[in-house]
Amino acid sequence: MAAEYLPVLPLILLVAGGLVILLLEPFTAPARKSRMGQIAVLSTFTAAYSLSFFWNAPERELFHGMLAVDRFGIFFQWLFLVITGICALISLRFNERENMNRGEYYALLLFACSGMVLMAASADLILTFLGIEILSIATYILAGFKRADLRSNESALKYFILGSFATAFLLYGIALLYGSTGSTNYRAIQEALAARLSMPGPALAGLGLLLVGFGFKLATVPFHAWAPDVYEGAPSPVTAFMLVGPKAAGFAALIRVLIQAVPILANDWRSVLWLVAILTMTLGNTVAVRQTNIKRMLAYSAIAQAGYLLVGIVAHNPAGQAAVAFYLMVYTLMNLGAMSVVLSLSRQGDARVHLEDYAGLARSAPVPAAALSLFLISLAGIPLTGGFIGKFYLFGAALSEGFIGLVVIAVLNSVLSVYYYFRVMVYMYMREPADTQEPPATIPAPVMAVILIAAAGILVLGVFPGPAMNLAAGSALALK
Amino acid sequence: MNGDHILSWIVYTPAAAGLVTLLLPRTAERAIKAFAFLASLVPFALALQAARAFDPARGDYQLVESAPWIRTATYTIDHHLGIDGISLLLVLLTAFLTPLAVLSSWNSVTRALKPYMASLLFLETGMIGVFCALDLVLFYVFWEVMLIPMYFLIGIWGGENRVYAAIKFVLYTMAGSLLMLVAILYLFFANGATTFDLPRLAHNLSSGALRLTSAEETWLFLAFLLAFAIKVPLFPLHTWLPDAHVEAPTAGSVILAGVLLKMGTYGMLRFCLPLFPAASLASAPYLCILAVIGIIYGALVAMVQPDLKKLVAYSSVSHMGLVVLGIFVFTTQGLQGATLQMLNHGLSTGALFLLVGMIYERRHTRAIAEFGGLAHGSPVLAAVFLVVTLSSIGLPGLNGFVGEILVLAGAFRRSPLYAALAASGMILGAVYMLRMYQRVFLGRADRPENAHMGDIGLREKLLLLPILAMMVWIGVYSTTFVRPMDASLELVRQRILHAPSPAGGYRVDQQERRTLPPQDRTDGR
Repeated sequence: MAAEYLPVLPLILLVAGGLVILLLEPFTAPARKSRMGQIAVLSTFTAAYSLSFFWNAPERELFHGMLAVDRFGIFFQWLFLVITGICALISLRFNERENMNRGEYYALLLFACSGMVLMAASADLILTFLGIEILSIATYILAGFKRADLRSNESALKYFILGSFATAFLLYGIALLYGSTGSTNYRAIQEALAARLSMPGPALAGLGLLLVGFGFKLATVPFHAWAPDVYEGAPSPVTAFMLVGPKAAGFAALIRVLIQAVPILANDWRSVLWLVAILTMTLGNTVAVRQTNIKRMLAYSAIAQAGYLLVGIVAHNPAGQAAVAFYLMVYTLMNLGAMSVVLSLSRQGDARVHLEDYAGLARSAPVPAAALSLFLISLAGIPLTGGFIGKFYLFGAALSEGFIGLVVIAVLNSVLSVYYYFRVMVYMYMREPADTQEPPATIPAPVMAVILIAAAGILVLGVFPGPAMNLAAGSALALK
Repeated sequence: MNGDHILSWIVYTPAAAGLVTLLLPRTAERAIKAFAFLASLVPFALALQAARAFDPARGDYQLVESAPWIRTATYTIDHHLGIDGISLLLVLLTAFLTPLAVLSSWNSVTRALKPYMASLLFLETGMIGVFCALDLVLFYVFWEVMLIPMYFLIGIWGGENRVYAAIKFVLYTMAGSLLMLVAILYLFFANGATTFDLPRLAHNLSSGALRLTSAEETWLFLAFLLAFAIKVPLFPLHTWLPDAHVEAPTAGSVILAGVLLKMGTYGMLRFCLPLFPAASLASAPYLCILAVIGIIYGALVAMVQPDLKKLVAYSSVSHMGLVVLGIFVFTTQGLQGATLQMLNHGLSTGALFLLVGMIYERRHTRAIAEFGGLAHGSPVLAAVFLVVTLSSIGLPGLNGFVGEILVLAGAFRRSPLYAALAASGMILGAVYMLRMYQRVFLGRADRPENAHMGDIGLREKLLLLPILAMMVWIGVYSTTFVRPMDASLELVRQRILHAPSPAGGYRVDQQERRTLPPQDRTDGR
């Protein structure tokens, strides 16, 4: 029995951390609420540490085929735990400044993380659904955590309504798949489809609805419209979390469903996702060109990046899945790093997030400006950064399967993206600062640490990517 | 110093020096300049040593070093460096021009000196890396990474319209090179996903171990060619060049014209021809036509430029067209001339940009109409400018003549028409260069600021002296430079001529396929 519960130790630690925060919250003086954040950071890092014991453990399924213990799950759980820990870290000062320093914030972050952990480890549609819901509900509240701010309210409401809508699609898809195969377990679904015991019509319809639901969660075209508004309105650390966490978790869950449950329908979902990938990256990049708000620009860039990631899924080979895992690692560092710079330069009320506010930044804040440039260069996919290796890996996987057209469109998109990523550098390095010379922002030590670690990570992944690529490849092999 | 890793030292010393530069205190401007200059001499000294160790009789890659870089289940990428006769000259050119570029920025860069010098040094690593890399991914990495320092050089220290020029430069280059990346990956998977190693891929292609269909070869060739043609720039892809040149600071222009453009023609020689010989043969007539158009068009547009820098920029379009013509006629003289002309253009155009920069520093204008009679006040400057002008238009005895005559002779063997048209481009070149010289330096100095502009100082003389010496050296005794490239070029030529002749391409007769005797190979020198 204990053996069943040991591999879910990270989950237990996360939930326990969240509950402890909720319990302690009423007894903590307002000035010491940051302790709650420290508890959150601590519980994510212990959870991540506890996971490392299972990397070499034999693959198995727990709780009657509900939960898989394999390298794919562990890789993504690590990623989510790091994301959550970093988001808690960069929230500390921000929440004090914005008067939203309440313990519930960190508890919600931990609960959201537990949802993501479930998504990565799930071997059953029901559990996947539960994970998505736990994650989503926590994120709805986080997006609206600045109760007095109208934009934050709008963001939360929009996210909630559209998210619930997507949930319904997801659930209906699950119901149809269950109806046609008689199970919600991935392996059982795969076997039922392989044995042709199922009715192909409802199974295909179910898959289609599932893809719609995932499309909403991943903000892929044509279900992307909520993303920019939600990202713009949410408090910056929450935006950082939403840019990376739910997206990475969505990709992990999507890969598991597609590879483990419905590989037989690969020809169908490949052609759909092929088109979705092209539309997503093209639209994301085209619209990002016109943005003047950094948070909105990063939102559209994230949409475009989701398009690149789909290329790896369309490839439908171990290299493609490994590339998605690797790219999500890089993606996390790039976006968390960039958002950390953005929020550390912002002012009370999330002000100063326009491109004009970045004019002459290289003079007033050289280190954040250099770091942000590195993140943007990496997002654009220029060599010696992780972003280049990631794209190389993704596009290479698709090319080895003969998707030349898709890859050519993807690289042309990268050219387009260079324009808006480099434009931020134009403001930072090639424009004079505005007349109203504000005192330079003081960057809290934890945020600075996050920025520097992310920058170092991007460079390491770009110059010596071998170990990380092998880690990602190892995780992808577990899907077989 | 470990002699086995001399290329690594040449490639990475500048980048390391660039990092050190960034750590120096911001206010110690003299120290920053002195350090950057001395640091840029190190790769030059090392490159000279590499040239001494280089055996000119061999055409294959020398001073080779290889180490695993990325090893995964799918990819095997090596840190593989090596040079042959073609790259040796370009490495030398780069290492020669960078210290001069540093020296030329001594007084003209007034703000953010530290990142400026660091950018120049990072740029040098990228450029030399491009010329030494023998792994396709490694090559691509150097090729792309170089964009970042150049982007900042133009965008931060450039002229009025610098942001536009910088972003245009980056977008043009990226558009071409990303398609090349797709082609690189395609080639990798076509070869059984085993290697990105250039010599091995070339060997597999020539031995038939790796067979490409004719359509595949054509598309791959075009993907590589586009990246290189944008860089050269070949007509009609040249529109980024005048903007970038005019806006870039002097050192940026020198490096851009002196080295960056050569990366395009180098790429054609190194990748397009040996990897895709049949497609090269098939498309050569079209490329030659574009090259000839570029030669004449560049010259005609240069004639009407009111701005000194723009004039030199368009003359680059013209001169680089000549290099492309020399490559794609596939004759020994053509290839020799093209390679030598890369060197010559680097020297003469680099020198022209340096001189224009010196004039600009004094007069803060580059409009030709503003000048006149500068020779009265600045005789030394005028004399040097005249030598450089004559070198640029190919006066016998100076470097330009040797390269041009070789290319024209090579082109004549293939098609007298190309040679005639290209030669008329040379005549036009003499027209616009001499007219410009006349309007700027000769006549009466009507304006007082022209009469009292002031001559060049000791630093500037020292800066120009090595270039003038090189011009005379190549002009008088080009054997020093032609000999090392000979064997390597012959390998390229043989590879091309043994490819199946496609419809529409050149007809290659058996006689041409024979290795030419040495005396025939060295004619026209």
